[in-house]
Amino acid sequence: MTPLLQVRGIEKRYGGRIGCIDVSFDLWPGEVMGIVGESGSGKSTLLSCLAGHQPSDKGEVIFHGRDVLKLSEAERRRLGRTDWAFVHQNPRDGLRMNVSAGGNVGERLMAVGERHYGNIRDTAEDWLQRVEINADRIDDRPRQFSGGMQQRLQIARNLVTGPKLVFMDEPTGGLDVSVQARLLDLLRGLVRRMGLSAIIVTHDLAVVRLLADRLMVMKGGHVVEQGLTDQVLDDPQHAYTQLLVSSVLQV
Amino acid sequence: MDDYNFAYLDEDTKRMIRRALLKAVAIPGYQVPFSSREMPMPYGWGTGGVQVTAACLKPDDTLKVIDQGADDTTNAVSIRKFFQRTAEVAVTERTQDATIIQTRHRIPEAPLQPGQIMVFQVPIPEPLRFLEPRETETRRMHALEDYGLMQVKLYEDIARHGEIATAYAYPVKVEDRYVMDPSPIPKFDNPKMNDSPALMLFGAGREQRIYALPPHTKVESLDFEDFPFVAGKADHPCAICGSTESYLDEIITDDAGSRMFVCSDTSYCQERSVQ
Repeated sequence: MTPLLQVRGIEKRYGGRIGCIDVSFDLWPGEVMGIVGESGSGKSTLLSCLAGHQPSDKGEVIFHGRDVLKLSEAERRRLGRTDWAFVHQNPRDGLRMNVSAGGNVGERLMAVGERHYGNIRDTAEDWLQRVEINADRIDDRPRQFSGGMQQRLQIARNLVTGPKLVFMDEPTGGLDVSVQARLLDLLRGLVRRMGLSAIIVTHDLAVVRLLADRLMVMKGGHVVEQGLTDQVLDDPQHAYTQLLVSSVLQV
Repeated sequence: MDDYNFAYLDEDTKRMIRRALLKAVAIPGYQVPFSSREMPMPYGWGTGGVQVTAACLKPDDTLKVIDQGADDTTNAVSIRKFFQRTAEVAVTERTQDATIIQTRHRIPEAPLQPGQIMVFQVPIPEPLRFLEPRETETRRMHALEDYGLMQVKLYEDIARHGEIATAYAYPVKVEDRYVMDPSPIPKFDNPKMNDSPALMLFGAGREQRIYALPPHTKVESLDFEDFPFVAGKADHPCAICGSTESYLDEIITDDAGSRMFVCSDTSYCQERSVQ
């Protein structure tokens, strides 16, 4: 078996400041990788470099034998609507707010050439149900949805083309805890059933405990510790990880 | 007359416009930027079309100007007068006799001939504008042929109205490459652009863009397999000439709701009534 994604020596600097430095890891098919760290630790920078949303200064990201950082913009966009998906923290960034829920889910299908209205509609209905949105809300705009529903709609919109790799930037940020729990439950089910690989950036250790197989802890742009999630959380080695784990309030 | 250069614009400007036109013809459907001049008329009244016409006019040309199909409405009359005064060209109302036809929002009913030039006045040349407000982004979308969003608009139409409700400025795909706004002509006229023997030029003065369809270009209206494009019109015969084939205007005749449907192409209608 070969890794789905090989990341080698990614580096990004903002002038003299460090975004992230020398990040390398392999992501295997079906594996969920969590990236945790405090604000400003470079985890979002890393994610947007990996997804090609901003250019990185050094390193390579190998997917299907090709360095995606060297792809042309056209190829990268095609990748971004077929094999890859990106779930934003704020659903407003990932959804078209003045297009109906069905149109939002159907956009990726139409972008890859689907031209049969009936099929698009059926697929959209199916996906709304999979993310627990009632099918009769297919013609409503996202702004008529609650925050949790918007986030679920964004997930449906991203997964509709059956991607292999999903990037998620704080997918549960800004949601209250009970909604978070349901969303996590849903995500876990989808990830397992579709055999997705995912890279999840978050500062919430509960999210990674529940979803991630493997964990990477970042501080000041560097990876300070990585390993199996339970191993890192139950037996943290690095001082910063110990601090992070002990900061969580035990209820 | 001697106070004006032929067809109002100076020769350097005409050359600049012709270069843009040549590029537009070479890349059908691609929007070519040009440095649009101020014209002695307000934006929205056909400044783009007038500049394209001025750049194409020769002293032996015969000009026809229509506005919503009619030869005798304000916009058509004033532009026709403008070129009569500044270029002293012959003018006509008969489509068959014209060598250049400047139009606002219609393509004439009479079939176009090889050698004729259609000049369209375009308010907003960018078909993706109302879907994506950033010009940098729409240009990139054209460059990358990233047209999923255009289809989303048609999807929304069907979801909301049960059919593709876009009735004018209906987006087309040119030679399987560029998505183009055909200017606000009714979608009834869309099929006339496909494989047309005439050269079609589009000028947007305020937006400073020129684009073109060379003769015999493939022009397809976007649609869905199960909701194919239909070139719709009012389901009536013309009240004056009785034509069932031409595009009709609905005219309200009193306050009690009476209405009549007449040909929007006045020259076509008149010719049929005389026969």
